[in-house]
Amino acid sequence: MMRTSDDILPVVGLEIHVELATATKLFCRCRNTFGDPPNTHVCPVCIGLPGALPVMNRRAVELSMKVGLALDCKVADYTKWDRKNYYYPDLPKNYQISQYDLPLAADGRLEIPLSDGSTHVVRVLRAHLEEDAGKNIHAAAAHTGVDLNRSCVPLLEIVSEPDMHSVEQVLGYARAMHRLVRWLGASEANMQMGQMRFEPNVNLRIKRGDVEFRTPIAEIKNLNSFRALERTVAFEIDRQYAAWLEDPEGFSIDKLGKQNRGYDDDREQTVFQREKEEAHDYRYFPDPDLAPVVMDKSWRDSVAAEIGELPLARWKRYTEDYSLSPEEADALTQDPETGDILDEAVDTGADARRGVNLLLGRGAALANERGCAIAAVGVTGGQLGELVKMQDAGEVNATAAARIFDILTETDQSPREVAEREGLLAVSDSNQIEQWVEQVIEASPQAVEDATGGGKKQKGAFGFLTGQVMQLSKGAAQPQEVQQILRQKLGL
Amino acid sequence: MAKQIDIDLVRHVGKLSRIELTDEQVRTFSRQLGEIIGYFDKLRELDTDNVEPMAHAVELTNVFAEDAPGESLTPEAALSNAPDRRDDMFQVPRIIGTGS
Repeated sequence: MMRTSDDILPVVGLEIHVELATATKLFCRCRNTFGDPPNTHVCPVCIGLPGALPVMNRRAVELSMKVGLALDCKVADYTKWDRKNYYYPDLPKNYQISQYDLPLAADGRLEIPLSDGSTHVVRVLRAHLEEDAGKNIHAAAAHTGVDLNRSCVPLLEIVSEPDMHSVEQVLGYARAMHRLVRWLGASEANMQMGQMRFEPNVNLRIKRGDVEFRTPIAEIKNLNSFRALERTVAFEIDRQYAAWLEDPEGFSIDKLGKQNRGYDDDREQTVFQREKEEAHDYRYFPDPDLAPVVMDKSWRDSVAAEIGELPLARWKRYTEDYSLSPEEADALTQDPETGDILDEAVDTGADARRGVNLLLGRGAALANERGCAIAAVGVTGGQLGELVKMQDAGEVNATAAARIFDILTETDQSPREVAEREGLLAVSDSNQIEQWVEQVIEASPQAVEDATGGGKKQKGAFGFLTGQVMQLSKGAAQPQEVQQILRQKLGL
Repeated sequence: MAKQIDIDLVRHVGKLSRIELTDEQVRTFSRQLGEIIGYFDKLRELDTDNVEPMAHAVELTNVFAEDAPGESLTPEAALSNAPDRRDDMFQVPRIIGTGS
């Protein structure tokens, strides 16, 4: 589809909605939960009964400040909430309490890592705190059911500038934001639960010769997976270029402006959505039921003090100081805890490289088996540090270190205690190894015959015998030494 | 002069508010709303050049609740005044499309 004579620059901005991980809703003390039976966490405030009054959840404001600060935003001294008026069954008050002209945070940036090891900066226009709507459930043919458990759940809307110019950058930004809000404990950002939703807006700048064309902006509503986001943006880039080729003068932002499109998951394409007549006449005005919020310097400072090293800073430190690949650094910065374990081990004087190998080898394998994070498999930084140092000193070989790592996930003992208890300390006592070799030779006459017979089976049989000896040693023997003694005994 | 509350504006606001209005009501509301808005012209006579815009009528800020769960209604109580329900959900005529 792409024609080389045209220079095409996709221009993408992203709105991200994040449900905050508070215990209760934004304006009432109903629980903020997911998946419970319909209308079990509702009260006069969140179902919009007349006369009910909202009271702001302090924690929701603090989590929003935290995200704003981590995004390098200016957190407002003074912020307020406004009513956005529209009618929809999942919005019982007939207005959404949102923020219009004085958002909680503005003018920030998020630097994102790219696969080639470089980074890209996306500016953040604003982040504001609003309430989520309920859920419409289209079960019966003629009717729609409304569940208001989600009504009034705190939602942070983060709006980027149109600073992304490729599918990779869009995904990189979305993933970095996902990681950041989880890292900060601001949101669990579980996509299946709709705790993070995307609305990209996409258009193209096309240069043909000296003339620049701009296609109309398409805004795609409510995407709730990275996959849908990726496909939608890729589809829009192709669709808009094809539409522009058909009609370079007519398919322009000046003539068509902005269009809403929806993503059709089954057909994997976006479809035009007719604008509801007058839909955007929201008649915002300050909500008289809520007092404005003043976030003074001491409050901002105390929230800022809770923010530690951010994922990208750590990713950079790992690639630079520990010489890790971008992928390794990425795997170790999924959450703060995994890197904390590595850093603690390195602080004890352990070699970073060996620590990373254990964490991303056995650690990742166990995490995968158990369906948890690497940090949650249960090895502490202190244990990892000691294990790495023992390996460095030749006290345990790589096989034994991996085995000890596994055992450490279930004990508070030190690696040395485990190694001693399990007999995993490296054995370079050749008398002991000779004994094991003789034991194996006696027990495996067929393998001995094959190994010494010079036939096709020789190599496999030799490997088998080596393995048997290693097993007897519980991995504590050095394989090279075992093979040397085995060769002697077999006269090879 | 404040914005004229003409018949078209009343119809527009009626539509946004999902209220069906008769022609006679539109005329009545146009006149009544015009009178209300007209009062603001009087307020405008005040010199407010050096007054900060207000975001709120009371000078209260930072009214918070702690993030601790309290009582909710039972579904039965929540749905007790619903015009229509199915199981434990409010029921409305089928809506097409996704909201805003």
